[in-house]
Amino acid sequence: MTTFLVDGKAYTAKPDENLLQACLGAGLDLPYFCWHPALGSVGACRQCAVKQYANEADKTGQLVMACMTPIAEGARYSLADPEASSFRASVIEWLMVNHPHDCPVCEEGGECHLQDMTMMTGHAYRRYRFTKRTHRNQDLGPFIKHEMNRCIACYRCVRFYGDYAGGRDLDVFAAHDHVYFGRHADGTLESEFSGNLVEVCPTGVFTDKPFSARYARKWDMRGAPSICSHCGLGCNTTANERAGELRRIVNRYNGEVNGYFLCDRGRFGYGFVNAPDRIRTPLARGADGRQAPISRDDAIARFSALLRAGGRAVGIGSPRASLESNYALRALVGAENFFPGVGAGEDRLLRLVAEILGCGAVHVPSLREVERADAALVLGSDLPDAAPRAALALRQAVRGAGFAHAATVKIPQWQDAAVRTFAGGVRSPLFIATPTATRLDDVAQATLRAAPADIARLGFAIAAVIDPAAPAVANLSDNLVAHARVCAAALLAAERPLIVSGVETGDENVIRAAANIAAALRARGKSVSLMLNVPECNSLGLALMADGQAGFEAALGEPAALVIVLENDLYRRAARPAIEAALGSAHLVVLDHSEGPTSHRAELVLPAASFAESGGTLVSSEGRAQRFYQPIFAENDISEAWRWLRDAGRAADRTTCEGWSTEDDIVAALAGALPRFAAIPRAAPSEEFRITGRRIASEPHRFSGRTAMNAVRNVRELKPPVSADSPFSATMEGFHGKVPPALVPFFWAPSWNSVQSVNKFQAEIGGALEGGDPGVRLLEARAEAALPYYTGVPETFARREGMWFAVVLPRVFGDDEQSARAKPIRERMAPPALVLNGEDATLMGAVSGEVLECEIDGGRQSLALEIHPELPRGMAGIAGLSAKAHALPAWIRITKAERGAA
Amino acid sequence: MSHPHTIIGGLLNIVLGLAFALAMAALLTWVERRLLGFLQDRYGPNRAGPFGILQAVADGIKLLFKQDWIPPFADPGVFVLAPAISMVTVMLALAVIPATPVIGIIGNLNVGLLYFLAMGGLGVYSVVLAGWASNNKFSLLGGVRAAAQMVSYEVFMGLALVGVVMLAGSFNLTDIVHSQRHLWYVVPQFVGFIIFFLGGIAETHRLPFDLPEGESELGAGFHTEYSGMKFGMFFIGEYIGIMLVSAMTTVLFLGGWYGPILPPFLWFGIKTGLLIAFFILLRAALPRPRYDQLMSFGWKLLLPLTLLNILVTGALMLAGPAPS
Amino acid sequence: MLSSVRTLWYTFLHLFHRNVTVSYPEEMPYLAPRTRGRIVLTRDPDGEERCVSCYLCAVACPVDCISLQKTEEDGRWYPEFFSINFSRCIFCGFCEEACPTYAIQLTPDFEMSEYDRQNLVYEKEDLLISGTGKYPDYNFYRVAGLAIPGKDKGEAEHERKPIDTRSLMP
Repeated sequence: MTTFLVDGKAYTAKPDENLLQACLGAGLDLPYFCWHPALGSVGACRQCAVKQYANEADKTGQLVMACMTPIAEGARYSLADPEASSFRASVIEWLMVNHPHDCPVCEEGGECHLQDMTMMTGHAYRRYRFTKRTHRNQDLGPFIKHEMNRCIACYRCVRFYGDYAGGRDLDVFAAHDHVYFGRHADGTLESEFSGNLVEVCPTGVFTDKPFSARYARKWDMRGAPSICSHCGLGCNTTANERAGELRRIVNRYNGEVNGYFLCDRGRFGYGFVNAPDRIRTPLARGADGRQAPISRDDAIARFSALLRAGGRAVGIGSPRASLESNYALRALVGAENFFPGVGAGEDRLLRLVAEILGCGAVHVPSLREVERADAALVLGSDLPDAAPRAALALRQAVRGAGFAHAATVKIPQWQDAAVRTFAGGVRSPLFIATPTATRLDDVAQATLRAAPADIARLGFAIAAVIDPAAPAVANLSDNLVAHARVCAAALLAAERPLIVSGVETGDENVIRAAANIAAALRARGKSVSLMLNVPECNSLGLALMADGQAGFEAALGEPAALVIVLENDLYRRAARPAIEAALGSAHLVVLDHSEGPTSHRAELVLPAASFAESGGTLVSSEGRAQRFYQPIFAENDISEAWRWLRDAGRAADRTTCEGWSTEDDIVAALAGALPRFAAIPRAAPSEEFRITGRRIASEPHRFSGRTAMNAVRNVRELKPPVSADSPFSATMEGFHGKVPPALVPFFWAPSWNSVQSVNKFQAEIGGALEGGDPGVRLLEARAEAALPYYTGVPETFARREGMWFAVVLPRVFGDDEQSARAKPIRERMAPPALVLNGEDATLMGAVSGEVLECEIDGGRQSLALEIHPELPRGMAGIAGLSAKAHALPAWIRITKAERGAA
Repeated sequence: MSHPHTIIGGLLNIVLGLAFALAMAALLTWVERRLLGFLQDRYGPNRAGPFGILQAVADGIKLLFKQDWIPPFADPGVFVLAPAISMVTVMLALAVIPATPVIGIIGNLNVGLLYFLAMGGLGVYSVVLAGWASNNKFSLLGGVRAAAQMVSYEVFMGLALVGVVMLAGSFNLTDIVHSQRHLWYVVPQFVGFIIFFLGGIAETHRLPFDLPEGESELGAGFHTEYSGMKFGMFFIGEYIGIMLVSAMTTVLFLGGWYGPILPPFLWFGIKTGLLIAFFILLRAALPRPRYDQLMSFGWKLLLPLTLLNILVTGALMLAGPAPS
Repeated sequence: MLSSVRTLWYTFLHLFHRNVTVSYPEEMPYLAPRTRGRIVLTRDPDGEERCVSCYLCAVACPVDCISLQKTEEDGRWYPEFFSINFSRCIFCGFCEEACPTYAIQLTPDFEMSEYDRQNLVYEKEDLLISGTGKYPDYNFYRVAGLAIPGKDKGEAEHERKPIDTRSLMP
């Protein structure tokens, strides 16, 4: 640690930090704009000026920019020095010269870094009397609002969007005070990380468009720590509520998981919570065959009558429901009658993933560790589309070699511009083998486009090169041999090699090959990490809980008297005829938050809570169990699925759910029943957690409108709700201040109203949160655990005449069932497409955009043709048809649509 | 001097006397507020009935119809008892006041003066018990203050009367009035008069000695938790207390019903009324002292003064001819 | 002691002073234009709603009796609803001080008693008046940088024409 003095007081910091970081880490308030802990320093805004003194005798000192100054042992600085503080005040004054008089009509107002810094420097009165420069705005699509007048030219947006996230369509134009940050022309921002501009921009140039449509100020919204439910990565989010409506999702810093950034699917995919197709009351099918609302008590009575009726009751769990709800269903119907609600193909893949990760032989990396990998191989997964935040982490991992290169000439890592200039094209090795191009290819050292079988063969071959004990691959093409050698060499040369794969190709052999590579590297003594991506927020948790139990299609083979479906749309999971046949005679009870084909077919529909109305625990693909909390207190019959199941079970005199009154009770029961989940009670403090005897306030202390927001309905003020499952109060009453990191309802600190206030919650700037990053890892590698090599290397992919091997091509927007109900996401969803290699298309005589027909899942689909030159011949990609993904991969026939047909 | 000789006559006398006292107390609430209003350049209650005289009736109705509320944290028995004690003790004390030789309930009681002091002493309980039973820290503080204040000032009040008793040679209030036929005791016992009146203010915890209920610091003190008619009983008790102290001062120092031309009853009424008006003037004019000021004023100034008064009175009586 | 007696005397003399009380309602008192009474929402000189739904009145309100929701039309911000619970309002005027557009103003009208508390919840229709209130000339959008119908970028007070990013001229 380095000790330095600020205004005569000694502080310590890590030696590789810059002064700004060190000051903020020490809890000092030093204004800044262009610096960002994840983006580094460029010294552009001149806002963080401080006085530096040569030695004790030096009373004059010199002004330096804190963000560009490496801290030195015993160095003396002054923040309070009048020259430094007046310098900072005048910098703000220049920046404010052209800033419009917009705060009342600016979505950033109240959580604006520029407002905070203006207050901090004490610039209160505009002396500038002349005209302001203005800009025209651009339409940047459904996510982002653009208001260029407010720009202070800190360059953070382009540094994030281009340099950090690899986006190409946002840049800076013109010069001096004409500089303009935008696209070359109006149009949707293409990057799937564009939403982060809202948080990165220190003022209101880029604001959240869907949030603006249902806007509320930051101080007026209840916050709840939440977990993103739109992919398997488990990014931490803060869900904001006002007046019973989910208003927005913002990033919640977790040093080990998502850090400062979210993807757009996670940020803008919450709309289904407020959608009109929510199920808000219990529905029962009446004598006329229609579903009609019934009371809660009637619903429980009907449900329990079905349970009492006897016969086999089958419970179908859900990869998007919490562990608690899944476990409640499992307890209600018995472990032997509980089946994971995923399709047969996905089920095989997930069981394999659970087996590999669960055996404890390999380290499962957090996203932070992904960022630190110094060589990476992506086997089969289109990460930017399937798990965007992981792709962003990989994009940072390739910079490792550049940092090391810069370090040779003593350029510290935070010197962003210098590192990028000096490092140039020096990158850590990243290899990507996928069926078609991904948006991560631009930073890859080498890419391979191949069919899943060939990708698996490459993987097996790499494992065999690394460790000759691994099963060898026969008849490998020269191309693959060359690739395998290069990859193996790079992985062996690395200190922290990373293998990434997942369920995207739909081929178990790809996952097995990835496991073999990890095992081979481990055999060679490498500390290897293996990341296996799973599709949904609790896929891994469900797979671990099901513990080898096969998917639900197997269960439906034998007739059941009662089928209980938990938060799931079965028609997305299996072929319609199979489901219809299986459900033909059974009573169907569906618990879900939104209407869908399965709920429409049900005899009894119970309104289950979405992530916004309930608490719960999810297991991410890292094996991290994380707890989410409810921002919304539903006024209607919506309640947690486990409460419905418990109440029905009680009414039917089932003893399995006795004593469950809060979520903590179920969590304890689950942890006791399944040793794998023994750690989950540690994911977050229990409901009884109190600070100085008080619950934690979930609303900011200046929450407004308490006595008016419900006055239209009833002028008498009702008692605020009390959270049964969490230590949060439902109002601003309660404890404000330092709370355990898993329980931060919103980031705010005195004089830090913007998201930058997260600085005040971190143990180290850009590092872990004070008190440790939230969540508990269920899958830790153990030295004694062994992972034997998988054998069964697949044959080379062979084309078939007149048939195409169709695989799913993931899309970031639309593949996820829940977020696809959100309006802004729908606007970004492209129509489904059939992707072919150009040569195949030419042979068929089809051109891009032409509608072709193919047979998937026993039905004909008309899809527009898209040509990807990189897709291997003989393969077809199906994109944007996630409801039919259960039928893939498969061999399909493609025919040209008959012209003139009706 | 007319003792009612039948039980019915006695009861009638008691009922009429108490009814008159209650009516006067109610009227007094209106008088006080009107007078305070005029002293502060405003009108006071002038809306209900002619000159607002029905305000007292309206207030009474309001108090009677309020919810009879006992806080869940209070001691219910004592909580109810306290306001009753407040009203009963002052009404009992009122019984010995001789308004004229013929008007009064038991005006001719031979230990009338001691009886008055005894009842005043019992009155302390109402305030102390109310403060304690409310189970509220402000109330308790009010009760404790009241106990100390009333016990202290009772001492000076009693001692101040010793001079009168020495001069009159009797505890019988009617006799004391008779002995003032030529000279009101306010002249020979001026110091005693002042101290008795101050003690009377403190006994009734009226402004400026209203520390037990000090609005600004204790938020109504011992009766913070009281509402409805239970509060009304404290209220009536206080106003009858004012009447009692004024009437007593009239009897002891201002020659009772003696006066020229006008009938004795009117004289008694006028003298008492003026003293009541002075009570109200004090409320309008003087700020509340600090608690320690109140106590040191009592023990360090009033106590020596009363003792001195007794000594001087005794010395003069020994030196001069005994009064007939 | 003497000062107390003097105070008594002076207070006593007040019995003979004229009363200052005004006998409302027989006699109406004079209310200064800035008396803090019933709250109104005003319009700008162009007749458009001044309120831009910035939520500052709501947050300034010490009794939290203002509730509103922002909506937007052609770039102008409006309140979708704006309710004031006058049964809670303490007429402190903080909302008026907080308002950056002079939209919310307190008027010298305090006669708003109701037998039913529910009637004291005023909605935007009840609050919005057709005039400009105490500030006849102010028009927020003439000062702000947002473009609205009838005022493009660069047409507000103290603004230059929008930058042409393709120009190389300084």
